[in-house]
Amino acid sequence: MGLRKILDNMEHHFQDGGRYQNWYALYEAVDTIFYSPGSVTKSNAHVRDGVDLKRIMITVWFCAFPAMFYGMYNLGFQANDVIAAHGGAVDGWRGALIGLFGGYDAGSLWDCFFFGALYFLPIYLVTFAVGGFWEVLFAMKRGHEVNEGFFVTSILFALTCPPDIPLWQVALGISFGVVIGKEVFGGTGKNFLNPALTGRAFLYFAYPASMSGDAVWTAVDGYTGATPLSVVASGGMPALQEQWTWMDAFLGNLPGSIGETSTLAILIGGAVLLMMRIAAWRIVAGVFLGMVALSTLFNLVGSDTNPAFAMPWYWHLVTGGFAFGMMFMATDPVSAAMTNGGKWAYGILIGLMAVLIRVMNPAFPEGIMLAILFGNIFAPLTDHFVIQANIKRRLARVQ
Amino acid sequence: MSEMKETLTQPILRNNPIALQILGICSALAVTTSLQVTVVMCIALTSVTAFSNLFVSCIRKHIPGSIRIIVQMIIIASLVIVVDQVLKAYAFEISKQLSVFVGLIITNCIVMGRAEAFAMKNPPLPSFVDGIGNGLGYSVVLLVVAFFRELFGAGKLFGYQVLPVVTEGGWYNPNGLMLLAPSAFFLIGLFIWALRSWDKSQVEAPDYKMAKHTAVEEAA
Repeated sequence: MGLRKILDNMEHHFQDGGRYQNWYALYEAVDTIFYSPGSVTKSNAHVRDGVDLKRIMITVWFCAFPAMFYGMYNLGFQANDVIAAHGGAVDGWRGALIGLFGGYDAGSLWDCFFFGALYFLPIYLVTFAVGGFWEVLFAMKRGHEVNEGFFVTSILFALTCPPDIPLWQVALGISFGVVIGKEVFGGTGKNFLNPALTGRAFLYFAYPASMSGDAVWTAVDGYTGATPLSVVASGGMPALQEQWTWMDAFLGNLPGSIGETSTLAILIGGAVLLMMRIAAWRIVAGVFLGMVALSTLFNLVGSDTNPAFAMPWYWHLVTGGFAFGMMFMATDPVSAAMTNGGKWAYGILIGLMAVLIRVMNPAFPEGIMLAILFGNIFAPLTDHFVIQANIKRRLARVQ
Repeated sequence: MSEMKETLTQPILRNNPIALQILGICSALAVTTSLQVTVVMCIALTSVTAFSNLFVSCIRKHIPGSIRIIVQMIIIASLVIVVDQVLKAYAFEISKQLSVFVGLIITNCIVMGRAEAFAMKNPPLPSFVDGIGNGLGYSVVLLVVAFFRELFGAGKLFGYQVLPVVTEGGWYNPNGLMLLAPSAFFLIGLFIWALRSWDKSQVEAPDYKMAKHTAVEEAA
């Protein structure tokens, strides 16, 4: 218990009246990373459960790992594939490190993974450092504790970044997400928008050239192509199937934002979340059903001018960020609907909007991010109606 | 005289029409993509507010209460037409950029609000000064918003390239969001945040507070 002792010896400096009392939030954050918080509920607790906010957040963080590790490998694989076909190499410090420890062989697991790590880890580090800075600053100023929720926000934000995003954009995006998306409303638990998506939406509108999903995201300079969704938007399903099979898309053998490519890896993490009841199954089912319903309707209606009408639901599921959004973003317990009926309505609304934006909006090939933010805004309203309906139903019983 | 000075300076920061009363947001979103246009808009709005206050105050004792809004509207609308014509004559390019927003000064809540709230109850000279003060309060917010939007959205100030943009061989990557209307909301929000941190009396009381947990003994 050496560490416990060190922390305990330091503690009185950070208590009220201590030398570093302004830094209490930081001390508390470090302490609760290693040990569970000492505070217990003093008032009447209504629910007894082994799960607390800290455990929930850490579980979500772990559940994002399959998608993250696969994303790193795939980032490297896609880039090495392009390098093998078109030539070229990586400059700067990344190039030097690849020269030392790896290579450009698309067939080698290590080469691809190492390549991917060199792109993903800086993004994640910047996200964590800059976002963490704002978290601690607000915690110190406001006198609350640094919340583990930021673990989730940071990894989800980093995973939705395109591989070739400049690091200053990462810093800008996460700052906007944390400050405007969360802290101005009072911090974790009081934000009505998903902070990770708020940050991404900021980048999406501020720097559409690098974020919109029109051009392919491969970490090779000077190489551009089209993402699966924009292939569909311009060429239709045949053009898409020429390049990738459904299995490719399901396993994740296609370019895209870091965490969104492999539907399988996302579903593994998502299944754990659903089993632990951290993600609400009603929301996931709602998003899925909404997507299936509208895409089937579009298939039946058909269109001569818009080839995306013909995209079937099982392709919608595996391309773009749909699966990632459905499992990790829409189920964010703070910004989602709280009531059971509200969860269905919220989920279905997101599913419908995601397909609607993908198919009908010529400017945005991908729609899941905007659909979830749209759903977040409507979540309190649907909750309100569900609660009112319940009050009405129960009033009728007593009258 | 000090009262006159108060009337002039209070609306600039202490009782700002945009930041505290949240009036006139629409044109603050619409015309703030470039400083040049914003300056013209500020001058136009300040003069309309000042003169409408002056004229409404001059005839305030003769306006029947039941039709006062209509009378105020006629005065404001006439002034706006004058301003619009002057702009078309002397600053045609800018008036084209401002398009309908000069005409929409008629519906700007600040003009109407000052005529109704101040000019109807005060003599002409203080009303005139109040109009200028509120116009300046509006201008301060608009100029701050336009400064950031033009600087970060296009790398320019008053049309001159300050930050060399990437497309022309520089290093600055313009922020496209700044050219969209929502960015003005964020900037006005941040402005209000800064203003209220400086002057705590502007902070509104929270709508509701979370109740404290009841302790075991209290509940039982």
